[in-house]
Amino acid sequence: MAADQSKIRNFCIVAHIDHGKSTLADRIIEMTGTLTSREMQAQVLDNMDLERERGITIKSQAVRIVYKAKDGNEYIFNLIDTPGHVDFNYEVSRSLAACDGAILVVDAAQGIEAQTLANVYLALDHNLDVMPVINKIDLPSAEPERVKNEIEDVIGIEAEDAPLISAKNGINIEEVLEQVIKKIPAPEGDPEAPLKALIFDSVYDSYKGVIVFFRVKEGTIRKGTRARMMATGAEIETVEVGYFGAGQFIPCDELSAGMVGYMTASIKNLKDTRVGDTITDADDPCDEALPGYKKVNPMVYCGMYPADGAKYPDLRDALEKLQLNDASLQFEAETSVALGFGFRCGFLGLLHLEIIQERLEREYNLDLVTTAPSVIYKVHKTNGDVIDLTNPTNLPDPSEIEYMEEPIVSAEIMVTTDFIGQIMELCQERRGVYLGMEYMEETRALLKYDLPLNEIIYDFFDALKSRSRGYASFDYEMKGYVRSELCKLDILINREEVDALSFIVHKDSAYERGRKMCERLKEEIPRHLFEIPIQAAIGSKIIARETVRAMRKDVLAKCYGGDISRKRKLLEKQKEGKKRMRQVGNVEVPQKAFMAVLKLDDK
Amino acid sequence: MERRELELYIHIPFCVKKCNYCDFLSFGTEDERLAETPCHPTRKLPVPEVYVTRLCREIQWYGAKEKFKHRPVISVFFGGGTPSLLSEEQIFRVMAAIRENFLLCRGAEITMEANPGTLTPGKLNQMRFCGINRLSLGLQSALDSELKVLGRIHSYGAFLQSFKWARDAGFKNINVDLITAVPEQTMASYQKSLEQVTALGPEHISAYSLIIEPGTPFETLEAQGKLILPDEDEEREMYRLTRQFLSGMGYERYEISNYARPGFECRHNTGYWQGKDYLGVGLGASSLIDGCRFSNTADMKDYLELETGSGNWYSESERLEQEAQMEEFMFLGLRMVRGVSEKEFYRKFGKKLMAVYGGVVRKNEARRLLARKNGRILLTERGLDLANIVESEFLL
Repeated sequence: MAADQSKIRNFCIVAHIDHGKSTLADRIIEMTGTLTSREMQAQVLDNMDLERERGITIKSQAVRIVYKAKDGNEYIFNLIDTPGHVDFNYEVSRSLAACDGAILVVDAAQGIEAQTLANVYLALDHNLDVMPVINKIDLPSAEPERVKNEIEDVIGIEAEDAPLISAKNGINIEEVLEQVIKKIPAPEGDPEAPLKALIFDSVYDSYKGVIVFFRVKEGTIRKGTRARMMATGAEIETVEVGYFGAGQFIPCDELSAGMVGYMTASIKNLKDTRVGDTITDADDPCDEALPGYKKVNPMVYCGMYPADGAKYPDLRDALEKLQLNDASLQFEAETSVALGFGFRCGFLGLLHLEIIQERLEREYNLDLVTTAPSVIYKVHKTNGDVIDLTNPTNLPDPSEIEYMEEPIVSAEIMVTTDFIGQIMELCQERRGVYLGMEYMEETRALLKYDLPLNEIIYDFFDALKSRSRGYASFDYEMKGYVRSELCKLDILINREEVDALSFIVHKDSAYERGRKMCERLKEEIPRHLFEIPIQAAIGSKIIARETVRAMRKDVLAKCYGGDISRKRKLLEKQKEGKKRMRQVGNVEVPQKAFMAVLKLDDK
Repeated sequence: MERRELELYIHIPFCVKKCNYCDFLSFGTEDERLAETPCHPTRKLPVPEVYVTRLCREIQWYGAKEKFKHRPVISVFFGGGTPSLLSEEQIFRVMAAIRENFLLCRGAEITMEANPGTLTPGKLNQMRFCGINRLSLGLQSALDSELKVLGRIHSYGAFLQSFKWARDAGFKNINVDLITAVPEQTMASYQKSLEQVTALGPEHISAYSLIIEPGTPFETLEAQGKLILPDEDEEREMYRLTRQFLSGMGYERYEISNYARPGFECRHNTGYWQGKDYLGVGLGASSLIDGCRFSNTADMKDYLELETGSGNWYSESERLEQEAQMEEFMFLGLRMVRGVSEKEFYRKFGKKLMAVYGGVVRKNEARRLLARKNGRILLTERGLDLANIVESEFLL
């Protein structure tokens, strides 16, 4: 279908988490009849089970919608859904680059939140026209007028005629669509110019291979076009081009400037087609690539081990498959004395880590032991070498270390004024450096802090939520490295050092962390036939100790005719429980104990 | 013709009132779960007539089968609930049904569980007349304060009265149940219970350590932090005390929680631990017949209305393969202080015990939880404390 550029709108929806982004997308798709209501499952664009359950968008998705407007014309809308979480910031930025405008969804009750700001600024950075929409107006606590003012005051965009909608109940959705036509510009670009297309996502499909999602900025791509990826240099033959129906791919002859679609080609490795890269025609290349491409690097690392050592090859296969789908996931083989063979995996952030972990467990049926996450420390050695440390176990001997550096992020925390005290205290405890505070309005403020990344990868989100009764929101970006007084804390179980439990900690919090760690492990490790000391140590110095007392009794008092089946089940459970244990010396440690370090905040 | 020995278990799921720790299948007089059924206990007739009638029909149904007709019944056990709630006439009917439909051996051990407060000299005489020769009295504690905590309906005085009546009626084999680790119990109070009970000279004593079972009032109280329970160490001390004290009084421990004067070990229960066949009749009763384990429905309405043995009659039924039989032989047999016999294992399964379980036996011998003596494998004193740990390792 050769489309008239003026009848195309490419846009995305941005919002703070839970403000209703995916629900609005659902309504738009439903309204325009792209899916019949029978096919409609809540949140069509979030098509991974995990996304739907958690109510978040992990991977970008796109859908093409045909809308018959009040002016009598048919418009093609390409709606590109973007991940909402800070871990996926780069992916968000690439999705935005594929759009000409953005719908900003703001919750009529909660108003602007930290990620609202972050996403709007990101959209403005990409020169997108931002069109606000006020959602959840049917809530009793909705204050649309206040929120409108907030949008105008804080962000500085016109909000007077922002549609007041309820995406959940389908109120006023048509108004949104009409405004898209008026407020979001049609794409530009010359279909005859050399090809220039931006990759904003790619997925792996077991039938079609790698499927690349892109926005054509200039020129035209057809079946048979010899495409070149400008950053990676890979050259491939285009097998199929097409656009996105809801939930399916619809092939077409060509895609020209202004259009959004996909291509398949004989690509085996997703690494050849990186998000952000520019596709051009190898036979008629453009002069320069589109700006903004960067390689994303993991920020958080952890060890992942199969609970059952025999499943090591399965874990490797699963990681390889996930990597096809998610180029930002990195992994390499490692060995732990306590956990055997596994992988050190790199992630964009803690959410990314959790998602990968859950996908491995659900989609690949693997039972995993995950070690405490670690950031990348820069270790400056006395001999002048600098190493990037991702596994605490590999920390060189202290005598070889000149100094160490740790990554710092700049964080913005939006909080109601009632909780400012608690949140500042939390940031203080996490070694935050206070930068400033801005009042958004009378009751809400934006706190700015520099925080060490290793202080927020454990349980910072949970602590933030619990100390603000859920009212604080949080956003951060990498700032750089600073020199820091760090040390390695080791854990000894029954006098044996457990490598998988070691972690890097600031000297000032070492004692406290060590004590809590021992307490937690005491709760996690079941009583054995003998007494088990649990110790925390820095080098050879023990700084904390707890003891798991020997078990004295494990016997069923009664066992008669009617009890035997139950007795068998009890014994089977006991035996099964043992399988979920890790042997450390002669101590059996439950798998979840290795995650104990994640939950040390007890407030 | 099938001539192997058989044990009979008769379930009477009625009580005056459920005790606070009990999770057995039983109904108090005012249990709402019976509202939908034709089974209504009354103060006058605590075990409804419809139940007894149904029970007798079930006994008749099994007895008519070729499979059971010729098997000598060596023991009968009336358990509950509170079987002593049966009326004199009902006791007669059930015993008559057993005699008419099964081959009840001369000298069979016939036990009835009984609670103080439900016995009269007349009822005890009737039991004796019907052939019941062993009485198991639920005392639990000799202290009224502890009885109250447990939610028992009787006092220690009522127990003394029942015990005397039982002796007068001619019961020469009486068991008394005790519970240890009762909330607020101390070593001293427990020792007092032991002293008082042994002074009466019953032939058999069962002493169970209290288990907080799901769905009981005790579970709720414990969750609310309202139960002051002796800790694991105290509980084990009570267990030691039981053994030492009773041993001094002539009672030998023959199973984890059971003590008897020589020759008075409970034959029926010993059958369970030795893997003997038993047939359970009554609501929710379990059976083991020819390597098949099955249980009756636990739904009273179904029990009364369904045809015996029809579709939903059995709530579960499972065939034990040889592997499962070996496992049970071990984890049940080890409950007996004398343990299991290697010869017996070979006779039953045609395999050497050590060929199947050598690794587990040696590992636990090394941990001093098991001992191997005179062709028998048995739990050590420590092994008895940690029986579940050892037993779970015998699962193949």
